[in-house]
Amino acid sequence: MADKITLGYTHLSGCTGCTVALADNYAGLLTLLDKYVDLKYMPTLADARHIQKVDVSFVEGSVCINDKLAVQEIKETREKSAIVVALGGCACYGNITRFSRGGQQNQPAHEAYLPIGDLIKVDVFIPGCAPTPQMIRNVAVMAYLLLKGTKEQKDLATAFLTPLMKLTEKNEACFCELMTQVINQGLCMGCGTCAAACPVNAITMEYGKPQGERDLCIKCGACYSQCPRSFFSFDVVENYEAINEAIMAALQ
Amino acid sequence: MGAELGKYKSVVSARSTDKELLKHAQDGGIVTSLFAYALEEGIIDGAIVAASKEFAAKNPSKVMLDNSNFDMIEPWRPIPAIVNTKAELLAAAGTKYNISPNVALLKEATRAFGLDKIGIVGTPCQMQAVRKAQLYPIGFRDVGASIALAVGIFCMENFPYQSILQLVEDHAAMKLESVKKMEIGKGKFWVYGKRGQVVQLPLKVTHKYEQPGCHVCLDYVANLGDISTGSVGSPDGWSTVFVRSKIGDSVWAKAMAAGVFETQPIEKVKPGLELVTKLANEKITKNKATLEARKTFGVGKALRNPYI
Ligand code: SF4
Ligand code: SF4
Ligand code: SF4
Repeated sequence: MADKITLGYTHLSGCTGCTVALADNYAGLLTLLDKYVDLKYMPTLADARHIQKVDVSFVEGSVCINDKLAVQEIKETREKSAIVVALGGCACYGNITRFSRGGQQNQPAHEAYLPIGDLIKVDVFIPGCAPTPQMIRNVAVMAYLLLKGTKEQKDLATAFLTPLMKLTEKNEACFCELMTQVINQGLCMGCGTCAAACPVNAITMEYGKPQGERDLCIKCGACYSQCPRSFFSFDVVENYEAINEAIMAALQ
Repeated sequence: MGAELGKYKSVVSARSTDKELLKHAQDGGIVTSLFAYALEEGIIDGAIVAASKEFAAKNPSKVMLDNSNFDMIEPWRPIPAIVNTKAELLAAAGTKYNISPNVALLKEATRAFGLDKIGIVGTPCQMQAVRKAQLYPIGFRDVGASIALAVGIFCMENFPYQSILQLVEDHAAMKLESVKKMEIGKGKFWVYGKRGQVVQLPLKVTHKYEQPGCHVCLDYVANLGDISTGSVGSPDGWSTVFVRSKIGDSVWAKAMAAGVFETQPIEKVKPGLELVTKLANEKITKNKATLEARKTFGVGKALRNPYI
């Protein structure tokens, strides 16, 4: 128990799909809870009623700035966590809540939603709608190694997490990023990864280049962050075999 | 440098022992034979390859077409497809020198196509995409563990479709419909016609038609494939093969034991690894310079560097 890291899970304006993705690690989640992570606070799964002081907080959902409690909870999450992870498209980029504009019963004034990075400093992004169980698992294992590991494990965890830390520099996502940050920058090489990553099939490949159906796009950020020309770390990816093996071994 | 060929466990010159298959193959028939063997043995239950218009017409359920009208799909434009049999593999064989977004099918392969053990062939950049998706799966839920065999092909650069159209129909003055095979080798771009005619273009002519995104690419011999292969280094009709990962090693050993390939030690063939190393170095050096120049591309403004 003493060697576990403590985890909190703050649920804001999200759909609980990120929670389900975490649970979809099946036995892997049990191993995580068994060996590495002590779950202190998580409205869906634990009884604690108030945000706790923890090593790592996962935050699901964006923040309705017209809802005092939500604003208070995100601030409190920051104050009480060493590492804040924005989990899923809504927490990272606003995602579908970007389209909110109020006027619905019974809180017609609940109209303005922001990704959490617009209100607090966020340390790590896990984009995706929904995020993948494997990515959540990888980040959890790496967070453990970062806080409890040997020097070597800390270095590995830092290298692994760096790209996900760099993603926090920007809180907006859209198909357009493939244009502004990849194609317009002369970096696209037509691999098709973006088209496969998109959860709503908003991307097709036309003559080897992405074509976006922007009225379908829900602004989740999966396409850009999965694109190998958004970020690519040779140090980490060239060791894919060893890193995958280490993660799988940790979960045995 | 030293790292230009990536990590590997072994490297040989090889070709398929299947004479029938060699007739359809670009070089030594490595990709086709390897996948055919892996399908037979249940190592994979399907493979993502670059097929053609004719393939798509015969097997409409095996491809995911883009938004363009199907009748508009031109000869020599590759279409990523899922193949499940050796006959389908043969129908899709041969290099098409323009972009085939094979990774676009990778998630769907595990969904509508129902594959548990996927084979995928692709360029070095596509192998990078596959490994990034395995380590950082953001839009690839449950896909990583399903990748059973990733085969990379050597790649100096690629072309948009319209570039190939321009090169073949304008520079080489041949109709694309009448082309049997295209090849880049010995410093030339070769176009072979179905009636036996051969046209060669100096590579210099092709440079301005290259895909710009290729100019920041730092991988020549598909460093991240389980196995990677290409013609350079080996004699005509043979391929150079790097066996890289544990998966690659195990599949290659089984295929060798089953007599799928004949091999020669790479040290015994000409031009051998020396040429592969030289070309890899040239590519990496040139593209590193491009990356460097991007840092000062504007006035006090840089272009983005994806490598962190
Ligand atoms: S994933 Fe990136 S490099 Fe690949 S096709 Fe899409 S935008 Fe281009
Ligand atoms: S195009 Fe698709 S993957 Fe990209 S941000 Fe929009 S919904 Fe997400
Ligand atoms: S040169 Fe590099 S970026 Fe271009 S197609 Fe080949 S592997 Fe991809």
